[in-house]
Amino acid sequence: MGKKITLTIDDRQVTAFEGEKLLWVALENDIYIPHLCAIKEEERPSASCRLCFVEVEGFSHPVTACTQEVYAGMIVKTRSPRVDRLVKSAFELLLSDHRLECAKCPKNRSCELQKIAKERKLKLRLTRLKPLEKEYAIDESMGSFVFDPSRCVLCGRCVYVDHQEVEVGAIGFTHRGLQRKVTTFGGGLLADSPCTGCGRCVEVCPVGALFFTDKAG
Amino acid sequence: MKVITAVERYTELKTKAQEKVNSLQDKPLVRIGTATCGLAAGALQVKETFEEEIKNKGLDVRIQEVGCMGHCYAEPLAIISKPGFPSFCYGKVDEGLAKLLVDSFLENDDPCYEYAMVALEPNDIFPTFTDFPRDAYEKKIILEHCGFIDPGDIEHYIAHEGYAALAKALEEMKPEEIISEMTASGLRGRGGAGFPVGKKWSLCKDTPDEVKYIICNADEGDPGAFMDRNVLESNPHQVIEGMLISAYTVGAEKGYIYIRNEYPLAIQRIETALEQAREIGLLGDSIFGSPFNFDLEIFEGSGAFVCGEESALVSSMEGKMGIPQARPPYMAVSGFRGRPTVLNNVKTFAYVPTIIRKGADYFKSVGTSDSSGTAVFTLVGKVANTGLVEVPMGTTLRQLIFDIGEGIPAEKEFKAVQIGGPSGGCLPETKLDIPIDFDSLAEAGAIMGSGGLVVLDEDDCMVAIARYFLEFTQQESCGKCTFCRLGTKHMLDILTRITQGKGEMADLEILQELAEDIKMGSLCNLGKTAPNPILTTLRYFRDEYEAHILEGRCPACMCKDLILYYIVPEKCSKLCNVCVGSCPVEAIYTREDGLKAIDQEKCVKCDNCLKTCPPEHDAVIKLSPPVLPED
Ligand SMILES: Cc1cc2nc3c(=O)[nH]c(=O)nc-3n(C[C@H](O)[C@H](O)[C@H](O)COP(=O)(O)O)c2cc1C
Ligand code: SF4
Ligand code: SF4
Repeated sequence: MGKKITLTIDDRQVTAFEGEKLLWVALENDIYIPHLCAIKEEERPSASCRLCFVEVEGFSHPVTACTQEVYAGMIVKTRSPRVDRLVKSAFELLLSDHRLECAKCPKNRSCELQKIAKERKLKLRLTRLKPLEKEYAIDESMGSFVFDPSRCVLCGRCVYVDHQEVEVGAIGFTHRGLQRKVTTFGGGLLADSPCTGCGRCVEVCPVGALFFTDKAG
Repeated sequence: MKVITAVERYTELKTKAQEKVNSLQDKPLVRIGTATCGLAAGALQVKETFEEEIKNKGLDVRIQEVGCMGHCYAEPLAIISKPGFPSFCYGKVDEGLAKLLVDSFLENDDPCYEYAMVALEPNDIFPTFTDFPRDAYEKKIILEHCGFIDPGDIEHYIAHEGYAALAKALEEMKPEEIISEMTASGLRGRGGAGFPVGKKWSLCKDTPDEVKYIICNADEGDPGAFMDRNVLESNPHQVIEGMLISAYTVGAEKGYIYIRNEYPLAIQRIETALEQAREIGLLGDSIFGSPFNFDLEIFEGSGAFVCGEESALVSSMEGKMGIPQARPPYMAVSGFRGRPTVLNNVKTFAYVPTIIRKGADYFKSVGTSDSSGTAVFTLVGKVANTGLVEVPMGTTLRQLIFDIGEGIPAEKEFKAVQIGGPSGGCLPETKLDIPIDFDSLAEAGAIMGSGGLVVLDEDDCMVAIARYFLEFTQQESCGKCTFCRLGTKHMLDILTRITQGKGEMADLEILQELAEDIKMGSLCNLGKTAPNPILTTLRYFRDEYEAHILEGRCPACMCKDLILYYIVPEKCSKLCNVCVGSCPVEAIYTREDGLKAIDQEKCVKCDNCLKTCPPEHDAVIKLSPPVLPED
């Protein structure tokens, strides 16, 4: 870890270690920045959800807090018209690809999308865009938990724990472009994959794509 | 013991090469362009015909394959040099012409002026390239020898000062001096983004590591772009020499040329070039007797368009999925296998030998203050002379399209030029006088990109064109990040609706907002540039969008849902019925008065009748909005 430094986030002085990523420094100081794909332990952040934009003084464009290292004297604003606009658009884009039926969802009230909407006063429905139709088969083969890909936001948290934490390698990202999704290798059912049913992936899923059956109601 | 220096070793090589090349000049020589453009036009058959005829007649003539000289519209091209005559270049050579040339020129002394395009050396009987209007604008640095030297023989390159820069660098220049020279030259990367080469090399040089890599990006995934392929097919050593100099500068011993496997001829020519360079000690250990070691390998990529993006390219070389990663770290600090890596485009490397040999000041004297040197474009679309051109930066689009390209064929009106490949921008007539350089193009909403330049005329609908380019980038999105994966799809859906006449004015606002957000918010440059065709058409051709939405009219009569085909009775002839047979669905019938008409219910808008109606009648027209005239 580098040396201790001071920076300013939203007019508050906070301390951190040089080289730390801004997103985690902010969150640890109770300053909320929306995020889905960030994993603190990951050396190279995937930076794919595009929700954690902030303004850094002296930078011409908003940057993603998950990739930005802190430095002494850094001045950060987590909100600005440009940031709010990017977050609003990224959020609505994610919603347009997410089966939006909160009332029927097991993660209702503990969902990360709902939290972002609440924190940033964003609508939990589409205002400008039409929903993208995407119907994927639900995988109930494990019994103890269910995978419903049409709620998945492609954050990759489940893939990370599967590969790096429990080191099973049952799932991964497959396909390109609009077809990108999380599947088992080969695309079959979880029950036919090396999955051990440990449930770590379910615990880290920020939305209702992976959920334990006892909570399904 | 006397130490032989790199320059001395080089001089020896060069003397030998020049003797060989000169000795070729005392007998007749036929050079045939067999780059991909030539081959596609039938250059191999032409070569065979020459060989056969020459053999039949028992003539002593050499035949040599060369690359592309940029006049792709006139392929197959042949250059005939015969002692006592200037060398003549012949275009669109077929078997008949090949036979005629052997017979009249090689056997007898008639150069067949009526078929000659141009003479290569100054003379007082026939025009040379300097007499062409495009010569006043063209400036060849990296294409100088392309199409004239044999890419399969390293001595041809050496005879033309090839590898002199490497010898000079090894003997006379410290790596720091090369970096200063590159920085002073102002050379910016030609792979699209225009990053300063001096800065990139310096960062890599200053990153301490035992192992470093040099990678040449020859992925060239832009549909319609083929200049990197041409440079590699026509003069591969130029690129290899540039990579060698880069490796010496940053301290790398290993390099790769990442090339797509759809370029078999380029791959084969690089392989030959690498072998020949190794044979005479220009690759391998102690190059030119110096302590510098370097070797090069080809890496054949078969990936998607996005694999041309540097971090995706490196991932795919490491055997992983070709998906871009967030920066930093930069390639120059942590690239291939986590090692400091210089990754440059084919053309970028190709400029290096000239800069080292002639000096930064020479390079800087060509082009503009912020974009020095030349730009290489593939000129395609609705323009008379398609092909490869190299012009100084700062040349205007108008000069490029109307003087070099000789304008729009078939007396059509110019409408727009799309610059920079599928993620470039469409610029209108009013922007034709801007100079071609990185910054001016960016300001107008386009990009230098890979140097693809598509000319569009009055028959091209700008909404449909924007949709066409976006469809490409949308399909090529790797899908990793939110803006690009989902944003491009929503923009495409909106554009599709507009071309079908189902758009609303509010869609234009949403399009504009989405486009701006995708440009600012995407992870890599594919997403960041994908909205360019939309942003520029909204900016310069908004009236076309409005015509589609408000009037259900496609001004260029291109959008199928907004047009109908109609036979103008006043123009149709009772004595003709070619259109009837041309219609694949029998939608054309003969009216009671003998004139033809189209059953709109059956018509599939294939355009056949319009194409077949003889010019003297010209009776078939397209109407937009699709409303039949009242009788
Ligand atoms: C989607 C995408 C495709 C690209 N394709 C190519 C390519 O085919 N060739 C290339 O040289 N650069 C390509 N680039 C640019 C590279 O990422 C990189 O900037 C370039 O190779 C660096 O070389 P330069 O500094 O010499 O331009 C591409 C970039 C993107 C975002
Ligand atoms: S299933 Fe859940 S954790 Fe896995 S990628 Fe999708 S949203 Fe993220
Ligand atoms: S911008 Fe597009 S191509 Fe680039 S990382 Fe994002 S999804 Fe992939």
